[in-house]
Amino acid sequence: MLGEITLGQYYPADSVIHRLDPRVKFVGTLTFIVALFLVKGFLGYVMVTLFLLGVIKASTVPFGMMLRGMKAIIFILLITAVFNVFLTPGEIVLVKVWKLTITREGVLQAVRMAVRLIYLVIGSSLMTLTTTPNSLTDGMEALFSPLKVIHVPVHEIAMMMSIALRFIPILTEETDRIMKAQIARGADFKTGSFINRIKNMVPLLVPLFVSAFQRANDLAMAMEARCYHGGEGRTRMKPLRYTAADRVGYLVLALFLAAAILLRIFGGGWI
Amino acid sequence: MGIVRAAGLRHDYTKYREDESEVKVRALDGVDLDVKEGDFIAILGHNGSGKSTLAKHINALLLPTEGTIWIDEIDTKGEENLWKVRQRAGMVFQNPDNQIIGTVVDEDVAFGPENLGVPTEKILHRVEEALTKVGMLKFRDKSPNRLSGGQKQRVAIAGVVAMRPRCIVLDEPTAMLDPTGRKDVLRTVHELNEKEGVTVILITHYMEEVVDADRVFVMDKGKIVMEGTPREVFSRVEELKSHRMDVPQVTELAWELKKAGLALPDGILTTEELVEALAALKH
Repeated sequence: MLGEITLGQYYPADSVIHRLDPRVKFVGTLTFIVALFLVKGFLGYVMVTLFLLGVIKASTVPFGMMLRGMKAIIFILLITAVFNVFLTPGEIVLVKVWKLTITREGVLQAVRMAVRLIYLVIGSSLMTLTTTPNSLTDGMEALFSPLKVIHVPVHEIAMMMSIALRFIPILTEETDRIMKAQIARGADFKTGSFINRIKNMVPLLVPLFVSAFQRANDLAMAMEARCYHGGEGRTRMKPLRYTAADRVGYLVLALFLAAAILLRIFGGGWI
Repeated sequence: MGIVRAAGLRHDYTKYREDESEVKVRALDGVDLDVKEGDFIAILGHNGSGKSTLAKHINALLLPTEGTIWIDEIDTKGEENLWKVRQRAGMVFQNPDNQIIGTVVDEDVAFGPENLGVPTEKILHRVEEALTKVGMLKFRDKSPNRLSGGQKQRVAIAGVVAMRPRCIVLDEPTAMLDPTGRKDVLRTVHELNEKEGVTVILITHYMEEVVDADRVFVMDKGKIVMEGTPREVFSRVEELKSHRMDVPQVTELAWELKKAGLALPDGILTTEELVEALAALKH
């Protein structure tokens, strides 16, 4: 009933991008987003586009996979476009119908925002497509570990994320089982009004929560039995280590960011 | 001196009933135990006999209300020894899903050594060694969710083995498995005991699983009520029944036949033994 959830939509392949350290990819995504909103002018957009195309090519992930994420934002995309088109004030009026005016600035603003949003989604799905959820968690733990100084429980958050990842399929299966058991006893999850359908979820959620708490309790005990006592004094079997490729990656990112800043300052251009 | 030793172990806990009244429940009531290193021990008992509570004391997951339990001469009550105790006495639980932490098999096996602070270079070696011992090395890159119950339980055992314990406590490890899974897990445990000399404490309510143990303890109402080799224990069929325990089918059959007048020996444990004994009768 509930199909297999592919979390993080990882696309297995063996590309340069896949092999990069998760920290590089995380920093890279952030850099890309910053650059995306920094650049100005036609040249700036050309550069960002070329960078994105280059990374997509290197990742060997089919382009269609990236567009999948687009479905989720199509609504937001339309709304921002409409607002930008109609509500941006400007001097050159293109169309005027009743109280609504469409200006040249409005159209340009709408296009800019749409391009930025689309690139944003493609850029971040590139990260999740080329990095397993696990190494993403590891990477984030390593990147945010300086925050431990101000008592942010970085290790604990990372541990919770990876446990959540492990239990998603288990709890999905369990939901499926409870659902079938309830359907066999006459429960109805598919028909009726929206409110009714929500009400019918209660007999599904209660046993699911009970079992989730039971599992959490068991797991905590199993972790303690295996000497888990937080991140302190813990070693790693596969610690993150930068390779030459990762250093090159950081260099490319630095150059890219520098170019974006320069284009912000000197690039005017038509858009 | 044994690897696991308990003297006058008592454990009380408070149970809250629905009408919010409290009841004191005595889960363990004066348990004395002495387990020799390298032995295969089985603890039998029906539900609520205190056998799981006893298991959790061996791993210091629970501390005694009264009395003392020593693991490798270390008193579990000392807070500073907690991790030493847990490293020496590993524990495998009933539900394989609820004790696997890693999203990949080898990461899960590495969890214990990582917690112990084993240096990185040595962890990989330990993980490979542990997975080889339970025969799961070829699954090292798989997600635990794709394994069968018996395989998951073997991964859980590997996770404990990788911590190099002196003693492994298994709390009804086969209760949720199919017959094939049960057989695989038991074979693995026996191999660990025989080849590696790891002390095994198997808690179960399946009679068939204890036949090959070195010693059997039967628990009832928080006490150890019977103790001995499987043959000794299973020859006391009536006493076992009084503790709400069954005996293996073949033992029961032999016992009934004996009652009916056949001159059979006490404590027959396997079908082969019964066949031999019956064949001997004919001559």
